[in-house]
Amino acid sequence: MQPVATTFFFYFLSGITVLSGILVITRNNAVHSALALILGLLAQAGLYLMLYAPFVAGVQIILYAGGIMVLFLFVIMLVNLERAQKEEQFNKQWLVGLLAAVALGGLLFAVYVKGGTLFTEHIAQPVENSNTQQIGVMLYGNYMFAFEIASLLLLVAIIGAVVMAKKRI
Amino acid sequence: MLDYITSYLSSNTTPGQAGNVFWALVYIMVVFGGVSVAVMAMNWLERKALAHFQIRLGPMRVGPHGLLQPIADAIKLLTKEDIVPSEADKFVFWLAPLIILCASFTVYIVVPFGPTHAITDLNIGILFMLGVSSLSVLGVVMAGWASNSHYPLIGALRSSAQMISYEVAMGLAVVSAILMTSLNATGTGTLSMIGIVQAQQSQQMWFLFKFFPLGFIAFGIFAIAMVAETNRAPFDLPEAESELTAGFHTEYSGLRWSLFMLGEYAAMIAVSSIAVTLWVGGWMRPFPNWLTGETWDLVFSLIPGFLFLGLAFIAFIGVARMPKHPYFRVQTIGLAGFGAVLGLIGLVLFAPPVRDRIQDIFWFCAKVAVFMYLYIWYRATFPRYRFDQLMRVGWKVLLPVSIGVLILTAIMGVLF
Repeated sequence: MQPVATTFFFYFLSGITVLSGILVITRNNAVHSALALILGLLAQAGLYLMLYAPFVAGVQIILYAGGIMVLFLFVIMLVNLERAQKEEQFNKQWLVGLLAAVALGGLLFAVYVKGGTLFTEHIAQPVENSNTQQIGVMLYGNYMFAFEIASLLLLVAIIGAVVMAKKRI
Repeated sequence: MLDYITSYLSSNTTPGQAGNVFWALVYIMVVFGGVSVAVMAMNWLERKALAHFQIRLGPMRVGPHGLLQPIADAIKLLTKEDIVPSEADKFVFWLAPLIILCASFTVYIVVPFGPTHAITDLNIGILFMLGVSSLSVLGVVMAGWASNSHYPLIGALRSSAQMISYEVAMGLAVVSAILMTSLNATGTGTLSMIGIVQAQQSQQMWFLFKFFPLGFIAFGIFAIAMVAETNRAPFDLPEAESELTAGFHTEYSGLRWSLFMLGEYAAMIAVSSIAVTLWVGGWMRPFPNWLTGETWDLVFSLIPGFLFLGLAFIAFIGVARMPKHPYFRVQTIGLAGFGAVLGLIGLVLFAPPVRDRIQDIFWFCAKVAVFMYLYIWYRATFPRYRFDQLMRVGWKVLLPVSIGVLILTAIMGVLF
């Protein structure tokens, strides 16, 4: 089965991502920013689906939209929003911001101009059906060591959080 | 055009896989309509069954035995005044029930009612179900925060804490069932809902009985976690009436409140269908291995028809027992008509082509119905947990046990 209206969905999802990204930084209310961020993450999951990576899309929804963002909202809800709303939204570090934006924009422009030669043009169409299996084989076969190190890091972070939160263990 | 419609019928896959938009739309409408009707029926059944548990009559006034009560409730809710608290965050307040409703209805896209009777078969099916249903937490948090009131906020905090903590144990239990799918000859597992049931078919065993105590324990963990996940009694702390009035939807009224209700019941049916798919053999009829052969196939395929005939019979007993007073004449005629419709459905289900097509759907729905009845049963019999007890059960009992089951399942899978 051929994918339906691929170009349309690409621009649609990318548009949502960019728009919600702008909303995240311009909203006064922190909860609204968090909601816009969730929308952006969901649109990103849609983009992963278009790249024939359904597993990554599913994990993106479970972890980011369903897990991390709920914790974000949780914390924001407990913060005193009225005081936060009165604070200045943009700080005065426009020079650093401008430099970073120019650097990133230059990189994107370079990729856009020279992208045709930088990357291999013809990429073998990945099989959607075995995406999950391939990720499993990669994680637990080829990149076993890196994967274990990453999980060890997370474990250390959890222990650190418990130690900081509890005076008497 | 007609070719496009009829070509699907011989394709023997789900409409999503066949890429047939027409049949996909038909399936979506049938499934969503069916779920909405099931929610209404569940609403009536819950009030009725709870009443009988407590030796009351329950709804009796609207229609015979209160059969029209859900419709009356729906009309009442639709015509009620829709109040938005003046200090509330209007947009988020408006968005929250929609998110819960969408999240709990979207998951039905992958629910396998039969080998070809699903809207589509994603190869990340179970992941999709868990992911999208976990989005409903967002709706709960948003509703609690946007109401700008104390009870909803505390209710939302409790509810989201509870849903997040039970999701972990639930996910691990699901993983141990997914591990079992990789044990057939091919050696690769699957996340697709249809694939999971087919794995049980090819291993000739429900995963409930696989590696005897292990599948059972994993199922038990899921069965507990799914009650907590849907915020139902005995884990209904977010809505603990005596402490928090109605929890996160205290400030909602009218149609929006009914959307929350619809979402909650739809989520209950969705989670039950995950349990049915993963452990209880999905659309397979009972005893596919012991009671084989033509005769048994015929016997089991006749059960749906006989069930509806039985329901019609009960309805006619009700007609006979109706008071003979003229005041009840309309109700008596209505009940007789209802019985006649049920009997007619039963007779249609006896026709061989319908019988073969409807069988798997019937068994799936019957299994889900058992779970739905269990929900009511829990609510009638168990006292509510205290919040710290709830957290202790979630993190200190269910989580370690589910990790242990996962490890043991992996070991057993390697050994056998």
